[in-house]
Amino acid sequence: MADKIATRQAYGEALIELGKEYDNLVVMDADLSGSTKTGMFAKEYPDRFFNMGIAEQNMYGVASGLALSGKIVCASTFAMFATGRAFEIIRNSIGYTGANVKICASHAGITVGEDGASHQTFEDIALMRTIPGMMVVNPSDAVATKKLLRQIVEIEGPCYFRVGRAAVPVFYNEEDVITLGKGNLIRDGKDVTIIATGIMVNEAYEAAKTLAEEGIDVRVIDIHTIKPIDEEIVIKAAQETGAIVTAEEHGIIGGLGDAVAQVVVKNSPCKMAMVGQQDTFGESGKPDQLLVKYKMTAADIAEAVRSVL
Amino acid sequence: MSIRELEKTAADVRIGIIKALHNAGSGHPGGSLSAADLVTALYFHEMNINPKDPAMKGRDKCVFSKGHAGPAQLSAMGIAGYFDMEDFTTNLRKIGSKFQGHPNMKIPGIEMSTGSLGQGFSAAVGMAIANKLDQDPGRVYAVLGDGELQEGLIWEAAMSASHYGLDNLVAIVDHNGLQIDGRNDDVMTVMPIGSKFESFGWNVIEIDGHDMEQILDAFAKARQCSGKPTVIVAETVKGKGVSFMEGQAGWHGKAPNDEQTEQALDELEAAKSALQ
Repeated sequence: MADKIATRQAYGEALIELGKEYDNLVVMDADLSGSTKTGMFAKEYPDRFFNMGIAEQNMYGVASGLALSGKIVCASTFAMFATGRAFEIIRNSIGYTGANVKICASHAGITVGEDGASHQTFEDIALMRTIPGMMVVNPSDAVATKKLLRQIVEIEGPCYFRVGRAAVPVFYNEEDVITLGKGNLIRDGKDVTIIATGIMVNEAYEAAKTLAEEGIDVRVIDIHTIKPIDEEIVIKAAQETGAIVTAEEHGIIGGLGDAVAQVVVKNSPCKMAMVGQQDTFGESGKPDQLLVKYKMTAADIAEAVRSVL
Repeated sequence: MSIRELEKTAADVRIGIIKALHNAGSGHPGGSLSAADLVTALYFHEMNINPKDPAMKGRDKCVFSKGHAGPAQLSAMGIAGYFDMEDFTTNLRKIGSKFQGHPNMKIPGIEMSTGSLGQGFSAAVGMAIANKLDQDPGRVYAVLGDGELQEGLIWEAAMSASHYGLDNLVAIVDHNGLQIDGRNDDVMTVMPIGSKFESFGWNVIEIDGHDMEQILDAFAKARQCSGKPTVIVAETVKGKGVSFMEGQAGWHGKAPNDEQTEQALDELEAAKSALQ
């Protein structure tokens, strides 16, 4: 396996590249610029970086005003505070106005680790999906983060962009094509499909390898763009493999699992199972320990696959 | 426009508010009427705007953060020529109309969709920062309610405007003392307003919000202030200009019926005639 890089690190690096190309790109943070990696942009472009202090609601409100004045805004904080605390500001001032704000939230999911349940959000994708016109993007590794950030900056309109704290394997190559709104076929297979997002894509791939040894031919798809979802690739998977397991580092309520299920139920019902955080809060621990305890590993995905066959 | 002409225009703004809310059958007359003089001063004296080119570069911007009183802004904008006044007074709050219950960016000249309190103020801070970045001479005016000051977001925004030295931003607090459930002082004390803003690093100007001369003077003083944002705390009367609505919290959020509308319009026309 290749190097491990946190997607937040790739986000910080990508911001600097984009800042060079877009002189109307501004970056905001709420006193977490070291953690979210926006500090890298701040160092390079101090005039276009705005630290708003520990005031997430105001940050997203101010972001809307900047965006409505012609700026491309990437506003970062932890996913919990971006989507939870500032939800209604995002809904009304960014979603309803269609402001060109990219809500680039880091430290999503259980891999926040030691900070514990107050900081581990499993609701963020669900919350953002409900806002009309809000694009929801959850890159799976450092390469995908850079490629997808560029694409969301290139298009006008609100977007939720989710990155994580923990270093995770880089499995895409620089030359791989990753297109916003299109699922990526990671591995073809005919018996069952695992549709994964974010850091669970790598786990899904590992699960597929294990299952191959058992004679189960698994298709793996990376759905980095959860909204609008690539319906075609999901329907094809349902029709051709007859069973789908979703995997996400997010609650099983309202996230990728629900998004896929909506497509499947409407178009080509098949057996499904969802791997993700169950209806429970997290706790402190090392990311790897927590993924095991809360059943979001390759082994858990493999088990779910066996259950739908 | 002379002071007298501005006062007459303010009467027309009030007439537009009453007509629109009567036809809508719902809405917020109290806080619209209390802000009418302030809005008139903004649209007919203070702001550098062009109703025929609402997106004009370098223009001043008005964000109605107390969005429920949006009819005051719309009435002034209709008179100024942003859109057909009759369209506004006939179709406010009606299905399919661009004149939504709260200010909406579908309307040319509306800079920010508001309604959820506090958010317009944050957006105005963002617009003021953008103008600084772009060296755009446009100024940003945010109209706030006094009850709205109970929102924590207001103080986050106030802190940030001061931190970034936004002397191109003016907040106007329509201090009519009343909110839906009654007097501010009974619901949740917001006083003292001026010294709160002062302690947040703002330039504070306190005026009678129905005295046109004082209003214009306050805007002029705000332009002279450098390095920090200005708040104009305007003492106003809720429902100003309509005798039975004045000082009544009950007129925060209901429309006048036919009879009440007739009386209100009579009073406003009479007040306007007295200004001749």
